[in-house]
Amino acid sequence: MLIQKLAAVMILVVLIVATAFTQEEAEEERVYDYAEQNHQCLKCHGHKTFHYFNENVGQEIRERMNPYYIIDSVEFYSSNHWNFSCLDCHSYEYETTFPHPNELRMEPLPVCLDCHGGDDTYEDRNWEQIDEEFQKSVHSTKHGADFKCSMCHNPHSYKINARTNENIKETIQYDNGICLSCHADINKYQLIVDFTNPNVLETHSWLPNQALHWQNVRCIECHVEINENMLVAHNVQPKEKAVRKCVECHSENSILLASLYKHQVKESRSELGFFNAAILNNSYIIGANRNYYLNVISLVFFGLVLGGIGIHAIIRIIKK
Amino acid sequence: MSEEKLYLYPMWLRLWHWTNALLFLVLIITGLSLQYSGVEGAFIRFDIAVTYHNIAGIILTISFAFFLVANRISGNRKFYKVKRKGFIKRLMKQFRYYIYGVFVGEPKPYPVSEKRKFNPLQKLSYIVVMFGFMPLIIITGFGLLFPEINLENVFGVAGIYLTVLLHITVGFGLSVFMIVHIYFCTFGKTVGSEFKSMFTGWH
Ligand code: HEM
Repeated sequence: MLIQKLAAVMILVVLIVATAFTQEEAEEERVYDYAEQNHQCLKCHGHKTFHYFNENVGQEIRERMNPYYIIDSVEFYSSNHWNFSCLDCHSYEYETTFPHPNELRMEPLPVCLDCHGGDDTYEDRNWEQIDEEFQKSVHSTKHGADFKCSMCHNPHSYKINARTNENIKETIQYDNGICLSCHADINKYQLIVDFTNPNVLETHSWLPNQALHWQNVRCIECHVEINENMLVAHNVQPKEKAVRKCVECHSENSILLASLYKHQVKESRSELGFFNAAILNNSYIIGANRNYYLNVISLVFFGLVLGGIGIHAIIRIIKK
Repeated sequence: MSEEKLYLYPMWLRLWHWTNALLFLVLIITGLSLQYSGVEGAFIRFDIAVTYHNIAGIILTISFAFFLVANRISGNRKFYKVKRKGFIKRLMKQFRYYIYGVFVGEPKPYPVSEKRKFNPLQKLSYIVVMFGFMPLIIITGFGLLFPEINLENVFGVAGIYLTVLLHITVGFGLSVFMIVHIYFCTFGKTVGSEFKSMFTGWH
């Protein structure tokens, strides 16, 4: 009887504690300041079809929206720019005119650094330096001004991952998706070049366990020059300079610690006394993951065995 | 004591044994090279070490399967049977011989005979190694060869990490076994006679 009561109380306590934790983890409520205003745009641009009253024919017309001009509102409202008005970047005139006048499309759109340059709010992101690095990258040197930040960081949907996402596999998938959006999609690729994109499966056929690598590391791990000052380096290298030696990652000083695991390494600097603790919970990288205690124990044990054999052999020889 | 010769190690066993020993050397060296790889100075280039380790592991699996089958068919299995009763006592007796008796010239408590190829300690270690460690290292090895078959996550730790931990721990155990095993093979009539037996078959 007593045991049952005790168990009931314990379960209750566990439940209370558990709910307290989940409450704490729940995201703070977001207030979307521009939801109503943006709805004016999204009621057409958020759907595959839109309709309007055509005065010339005197009837309601339904049309298909150009797929490239459809904004996924769910994606937009969970992106980094969730609390932006469409008109922060797009001309005010769009709001008041339909059909939208053609000249509006000729107006230049703001670029990222128009807002993010000299931005103290996210100073730690090192915007200017990212730009400098990007200017050195193949993306910029080969394609000049055609290649804009927005080719990779879609302003309508981009969401920061490396700093915030606890699930490193999701970050990897998200980040690789960015590269593949051009490198595995000829339509976007040919926005800036005339030739077809090389098949990444073939260009990487030398890489053992290809699928496994691609689930567990990002393209940029091998294709970007590491930069101490930024979480995600932006100097994408020409293909000849890509990392090709296994041990660059598969070793104690794995470059992954300065790239993929950089954020975690910073947050949990050898908390547990493990070498490369950051990698430990997510996967196993041969050569990079070393368990410090096991290392020491095995060495000591091995020494004892050898010593024991040595001593035994010596006594055997002496006593002969 | 009779000095008659015993044919203890049939051809298949010798073939298996030395193939196995050779594979072990390859596996230990490449395995260590992988575990302690460095940007400079890894003693075997990483990709080469991976390839050799994989190939040797697969051959080891085949040769182990061969051992299990041949051991059964040939009847060699009987030497691995343990009579529970008094086994601990016999182990202690053998142990005492190794830490004391051997130094003062006592006779072996369990000399080799037609019925008894292994002394109790030998028997125990061979059983643990052949029916415990070997299957474990082979299974975990295949887990690493086909990483997608591992559990994603076990109590917050990557399943593959546990597989690796088991693989290297058992690998370490087997390496220690090999050294101890070689040392205990020097307790024959002469230091080298047991090794010779494993080549000729005659004890
Ligand atoms: C270079 C390495 C090795 C050497 C020099 C060596 C030497 C020997 C010798 C001389 C014997 C015969 C004496 C006896 O029966 O105890 C033997 C037997 C045996 N060894 Fe090894 N060994 C080596 C590696 C290994 C390895 C790596 C394993 C297993 C993982 C192993 C497993 C065995 C087993 C099971 C027997 C008994 C076989 C039987 O008669 O059924 N040996 N070894």
